[in-house]
Amino acid sequence: MKLNKTALALAICTLFLSACADTEEKDPNLLDGSKAGTNGINDASTNGLNNSAGFNGSEMGGSGMYGRTGGGANSLGPEFSDPNNPLSKRTIYFTLDSSQVQQDFVPVVAAHAQYLLANPSQHITLEGHGDERGSREYNVGLGEQRAKSVASMMKIQGVSESQIGIVSYGEEKPAALGNDEAAWELNRRVEIDYQGR
Amino acid sequence: MVFLRNLLLIAWCCIYTPMTFAALTIEITEGVESALPVAVVPFASSGAPVDISAVVNADLERSGYFKMLAQHAMPNRPSTSQEVNFKEWQALNQNYMVVGKVNNSGGQYDVQFQLLDVYKNGQLLGYKMASSEADLRRTAHHISDLIFEKLTGKKGAFSGRIAYITSSGSANHQLQVADADGFNPQTIAGSPEPLMSPSWSPDGKRIAYVSFERKSAAIYVQTLATGQRERVAEFPGINGAPSWSPDGTRLALTLSKDGSPDIYVLNLASRSLSKLTKNMAIDTEPSWSPDGSSIIFTSDRGGKPQIYMVSSQGGTEKRLTFTGDYNARGSFSSDGRNIVMVHGSGGGYRIAIMDMATKAINVLTSGPSDESPSFAPNGSMILYASKKGRTGFLSAVSLDGKMQQKLVFNSGEVREPAWSP
Repeated sequence: MKLNKTALALAICTLFLSACADTEEKDPNLLDGSKAGTNGINDASTNGLNNSAGFNGSEMGGSGMYGRTGGGANSLGPEFSDPNNPLSKRTIYFTLDSSQVQQDFVPVVAAHAQYLLANPSQHITLEGHGDERGSREYNVGLGEQRAKSVASMMKIQGVSESQIGIVSYGEEKPAALGNDEAAWELNRRVEIDYQGR
Repeated sequence: MVFLRNLLLIAWCCIYTPMTFAALTIEITEGVESALPVAVVPFASSGAPVDISAVVNADLERSGYFKMLAQHAMPNRPSTSQEVNFKEWQALNQNYMVVGKVNNSGGQYDVQFQLLDVYKNGQLLGYKMASSEADLRRTAHHISDLIFEKLTGKKGAFSGRIAYITSSGSANHQLQVADADGFNPQTIAGSPEPLMSPSWSPDGKRIAYVSFERKSAAIYVQTLATGQRERVAEFPGINGAPSWSPDGTRLALTLSKDGSPDIYVLNLASRSLSKLTKNMAIDTEPSWSPDGSSIIFTSDRGGKPQIYMVSSQGGTEKRLTFTGDYNARGSFSSDGRNIVMVHGSGGGYRIAIMDMATKAINVLTSGPSDESPSFAPNGSMILYASKKGRTGFLSAVSLDGKMQQKLVFNSGEVREPAWSP
């Protein structure tokens, strides 16, 4: 069940074009913070949502955007947008029901690990995702296992645990909509997010 | 009891801006063959803003148990049993009929109705009830419940409410609660980040749910009447799948703070946490037995997800499902005799029930991507989420699989339905 890389690249390009909202492939051109302020809760007016419970809307940037906080330490270099550099790839894809990093993606994970080793103040979040099949909370578990398997590869290379955060969204943030294998294989993924903490 | 209900409703209406449009339209995709012919005669009314008899007619029709007589086929419109000429209705092959009237008495409404047996020329039920204007739809659903129970012997579920998650666009997620007929949708919480897994407290006053609004998972408990909410779990990693204990004092939930996802029980008053499972596999989706003694959950410790059971005090875990390569998100019927779950085989996911005594599995739906099943409070229907193309919608199926209803949302995706207790 190996992914055809050309097909995948094409599919990802299609995703850019169709602007698949907040879970699109991380585009380095989005560094301008254009999506800031999308965080926080809406529609609190009619039901008295308790804001003291932590709704704040301003503490983090919207998804699909990174490198905007933490000053110079978090700004990413040109290598992240060079398509020939593995650092330009920040999504790791998985096969059905598996959390094992496929051979094709080992160099990508290794490149990010090297970058983190060289930049110990840099922090990433590994976002685990699954396809829509099966039950939702089980898929949250599966997404976390995927993120953890990427994290443990990085740690083996010496990356500090404190540089890596993990969150699993299960099937709740699909990169591709659709009910076929083409969509599913784009959704079984871990996104490496350089968004600052 | 009715007084208390009215009081609650008044409180509800003070807080929420009532909306009276339907967010859901409900289609009956399959009904029982032996549907009972019933005529709900339009009630005599002095200007009530809600057509009570129309709401009752729609409720009964939606249940699939009854064949409703169209208004234009009615020979006349009696509003009390004295005005009924039973021979006329016998000639129309009606088994039962409902007549009634609504009188406005200074802002309050007096609603009276009678359920009549057309062949025995007699009254089966007769009620007179007072209702505020804001309460009229609920009064109508209450009447439907009374009629349904009298004619089928099963409790009606028309007064219940349904919580569900809906998205319009990928950055607008809402937890909503609507009446069981889709009217009065209220937004309970909204977030640009996902919301998941709504679970009603046994008294129907609070909902626990998962929110990613802080870019990580946390579990909240929100009181519907006040909108007050409390974050009850925000540990590193997964905070998921909250499920209320039948006595309302505890939540079973999934946490991965110690490594892999395990099942915990959180005492809501003391906030003490006890860990029920310790396993390297994914353990998640806990659900209590009705007597509170045990908890069923999903685990892939055997390779594929299957349903297991453990005492709610902890102890030996026992595998329950052996048929099919994927069984997940189990929950009990209120009598504890059956569990309903997502059953996967051959690449499709369907809703199935398992008899706890015989362990026999009965597949109720055709898939291919059915999920999030739960029993209606009356135990006669199962509510679940389905997908067709990009649209997610809710469906209900009877326990024998013979009756199906589809609840179609006007826009956006609807998922994770939960029927109020």
